[in-house]
Parts: sequence; structure tokens; C-alpha cells
Amino acid sequence: MASVNRRVLPGFSLSLGYSVTYLSLLVLIPLGACFLKASSLSLAEFWAAVWTDQARAAYRTTFGCALVAAAVNVFIGLIVGWTLVRYDFPLKRIVDALVDLPFALPTAVAGMVYATLYVENGWLGQFLVPMGIQVAHTRLGIVMVLVFTGFPFVVRTVQPVLEALDAETEEAASILGANRFQTFMRVILPTLLPAIVTGFALAFARAVGEYGSVIFISGNVRFETEIAPMLIVSRLEEFSYREATAIAVVLLTASFVLLALINVLEKWSKRHG
Amino acid sequence: MADAIENETQTPAPFRRSREDHWLVRGGLTLATLAIIGLLIVVPVVNVFSQALSKGLGTYWHNLTGDADTRHAILLTLTVAPVAVAMNLVFGVAAAWCIARFQFRGRTLLITLIDLPFSVSPVVAGLVFVLLFGAQGYFGPWLREHGYQVIFATPALVLATAFVTFPFVARELIPVLEAIGPDEELAARSLGASGWQMFWRITLPNIKWGVLYGVILCNARAMGEFGAVYVVSGRITGQTDTVPLRVEKLFQDYNTPASFALASVLTLLALVTLFVKVGIERHARPKVEKKE
Repeated sequence: MASVNRRVLPGFSLSLGYSVTYLSLLVLIPLGACFLKASSLSLAEFWAAVWTDQARAAYRTTFGCALVAAAVNVFIGLIVGWTLVRYDFPLKRIVDALVDLPFALPTAVAGMVYATLYVENGWLGQFLVPMGIQVAHTRLGIVMVLVFTGFPFVVRTVQPVLEALDAETEEAASILGANRFQTFMRVILPTLLPAIVTGFALAFARAVGEYGSVIFISGNVRFETEIAPMLIVSRLEEFSYREATAIAVVLLTASFVLLALINVLEKWSKRHG
Repeated sequence: MADAIENETQTPAPFRRSREDHWLVRGGLTLATLAIIGLLIVVPVVNVFSQALSKGLGTYWHNLTGDADTRHAILLTLTVAPVAVAMNLVFGVAAAWCIARFQFRGRTLLITLIDLPFSVSPVVAGLVFVLLFGAQGYFGPWLREHGYQVIFATPALVLATAFVTFPFVARELIPVLEAIGPDEELAARSLGASGWQMFWRITLPNIKWGVLYGVILCNARAMGEFGAVYVVSGRITGQTDTVPLRVEKLFQDYNTPASFALASVLTLLALVTLFVKVGIERHARPKVEKKE
């Protein structure tokens, strides 16, 4: 469908030329500047900037919390996606619309309200803190806001696959003597797997770069709740642009690897979906 | 619908309910879903408004309009976001046109590159513009010589916001254009319409719901952007603070009611965005089955 003759439909060179120019000016050249700046560092300088104790602790917190949050998102995203596709209940349409709220709500607002909810005298903190569960200023708090910001990804990738699942396969499993649990584990879950993996990767990628929501709840405890984007900001505030850039290159490389992975997974899931 | 009726007649009775879960599973998962949405989304939203209105409606209104710095932040956001959205809208339409209508070398690469800003941390997005236009940046000395201020000023806010919201309109329009197909446009051309006539009378009316949705979503993100803007703004109160930055500053100053008052405006914007989204989907779905 996309192979329409260029002589019949107009605007090919104009639209492609404009797209590529705008993409280069706004995205590619600025990102290139980042790598150019990093390449002005010697290997030893680069290593000294990106492999300090503080930086290693920040990577651990960033990637660790993002991994846990994405895993939690898979679990709760499956429950919510399944319920929204298969069952009817009051307020279903409102619940379905609310799933997208984390995409539309500014992350700073999310971080601020989560920080307020879970402090000692907050709405939820007043129950949790006496039980010894500290959310504010801990890694648990970071995971909470990352679960929030990544929540829609898994639900929205799983939902269309569940809707498209044909009834016959499940009926066949049932006729052949499988119980509901076996049908789910052996028939439904394998079909869902590509969508789950894509949703997980998207939520994880989003969580690795997240900044706005995390700074409110993390309390910025060095070696404990400092994430890599925060480290970049504090290097910038000390005017250590080269160190900031070096850490940014580490994050960018991680993002690009993830992006490539997501693309491979999407192709794979299209072939198997 | 037709499937369901077919199943009714073909599947033997004991297996008809094979897709139905036990009522305990049903109830349990429904309750779990309500609990997840409630704790994760509803409680925080209600909390924003409750904190904002905790000192009464009068104080709420005063918090929003009485402070000159807050007023400036609102005005700045209302300047920066529309410019960034307009830039990305023009790009989105152009990119969707060449990707959905033509086959060319590098098409897949272009699609991948459009998604690139989604996987770049907002902080890094801000940093790259500091490296280009900052005092020690590549173009910094030249800009200073000629008296242009980019970093710590509105142009950088626009650039950083446009970077972060770059993919939204394009991502929304590519599947819509692909689903509609080129038939009507080809017909218009064969009947002698010029390129722009075809665009304004056929293409744009066909994709208007997609455009509207892309713009609304892009705008919500543009107005709420924090990390990238935080880095390039220098956070000069009354000068480069956008609404989210002002919210943070008020919160750090322990002026909780004022910061939540401003946050409630952003939350309202998010809720309106969702509302419009649902409305558009109901409008557009019957015509174009969206494929993600």
C-alpha cells in the first residue's frame, strides 16, 4: 500500500526532505554533540567519570529499580488487561480510560503527590509507616513512582492481543480436557508472551530515564537513592560538563541498546503474533 | 458479534462456557484491578485536589492568581508548549505522509529514529542543548558575540520541549494514514486536483481526528515536561520557570497548598486529555480501525 507511484502522489521529496532536516536539527545533531563532547575525553578520563563509587551506586539504583518496577508492571498489567478484556463490571469504561493517566499526568506532579501520600502523616503513610514500611526517601518509593509512570505500557500492549485471541483455541483446549489454569498457562500465556516482553521493555526503558517523579520521593540519599539522571544534574550544577556528558553517554548507550531490542522484539512478535 | 452467534450454535453446551472463569477468579481479578487503579491512580489524583483545596476555594484561587511568579510561569508554559507542539505537528504530518504513502530506502530507519527521543532520558535531552548552546557549548561563543540568549531562556525551553515530545504526532498519524489508504487521494489527483488542493480537501479532513489526538497528547506532555526543561532553564524565578518547575520550587519551599494548587491545574489538563481521547476514539473507531 505504501508503494504508490511517486509520479502520481505529490510531495514525496518535500515531506521526506523536511522530515529528515527537522529530525537532524532537533534530534540527531544534538545527540551527536553529546558523543562528540564525550570523545574529547581520554579513555582514562572517561572511565574516571563514569566508574566512580557514586556512579556505580547510581547505576545500580537506576537499573535495579527500573527492573523491579517493570516486573511489577508486567504482573499488575496482566491482571488489569485481562479483567478489562474479559469481564464486565461497573465503571469499566472509566477504569479503562484511567489506565492512560500516567501518560498524560506530568511526572513532577506524580512524584510530588506520591511523596506526600507516603510520608508519615500522609494518607497512606499513616498506615504504612507504623508497620515499618518506609516508602518516602527509599528505593521502594522510587519503584512505586516508576510503577506509576510505566503502568500503561504492559496493559496497552497486552489488551489488543487478548482481544484478538480466538475462542476456538481455548475451546479446543477445554474439549481436550485441559482445566482453566492449564489453558491459561499453556495456550493463552505463550500467545501473550511477545506482547508482555514488549510492554516490559517499554516500561523498563521509560523507567531508566525517568527523572521528574523520582527526585520528589527519593530524598537524594547518596549511594542509596541517587539515580543516574540525578548524578548528571548534579555534575552540571558543578559546571563539570565533561563528567556529566560521560555519564549521559552511558545512559544513551543503554537506551539505544534497549531501543534496538524493542524493535527486534516487535518484529518477532509480529511474526509470531 | 457474528463470531459470538456462530459459537452459540456450533459449540456443544458443556464447552460453551469454556472461556468463562470461575466466579471466584472473576471476582478476585476484578477486585484486584479496582484496587490497583484505585491505589495507583485514583488516590493520588484525589489527593492532589484535596491538598490544593485544603485551605478553601478563596486561598486556592489566590494561590493560582495572586503570585506574580506563578502567573509568569503559567504564561511561559502557554507560550512554550504551543510553539513546540506546532513544530512537531508540521513534522508529524510531513513524516507520516512520506512514510505511509511511499516506499523508499531508509524508511524503516526513519521510523526507528522517530521513536528515538522516547528512549532518551529527559535529563540527557536537556544536556545536549546545553552542550550546543551553553556558555561553554559549541555555538555558545558565537551566540554571545551576536547577542543571542538560547540557554536559560525561552528558545532552549522550546527546543527541549520539542525534543521530548517529538514522536507523538508522527506516531499517531502514520497508522491512521496507512489504514485509510491512498485511493481517495489518487482519485482527487486523477480528477485534476493540485497537490495542495488534495492535501487540504482530502488528506487533512481524513486524518483530522488523528491530528487532534496527536496534538492533545503532545500538548499534555509539552506542558508537563520537567526533566529536560529543568536542565536548560537555569530555574530563574519569574523568568524561565514553567508551570512544572514552579510547582517543584513551591514544593521545596514548603508552600504545599500553592504547589498543589498549581499541580491541580496540570492534573485537570491530564484528565481533560483522557476525556478528549475517549471521545475521539468513539468518533474515529467506526471509520478507521486503528492498528498499533
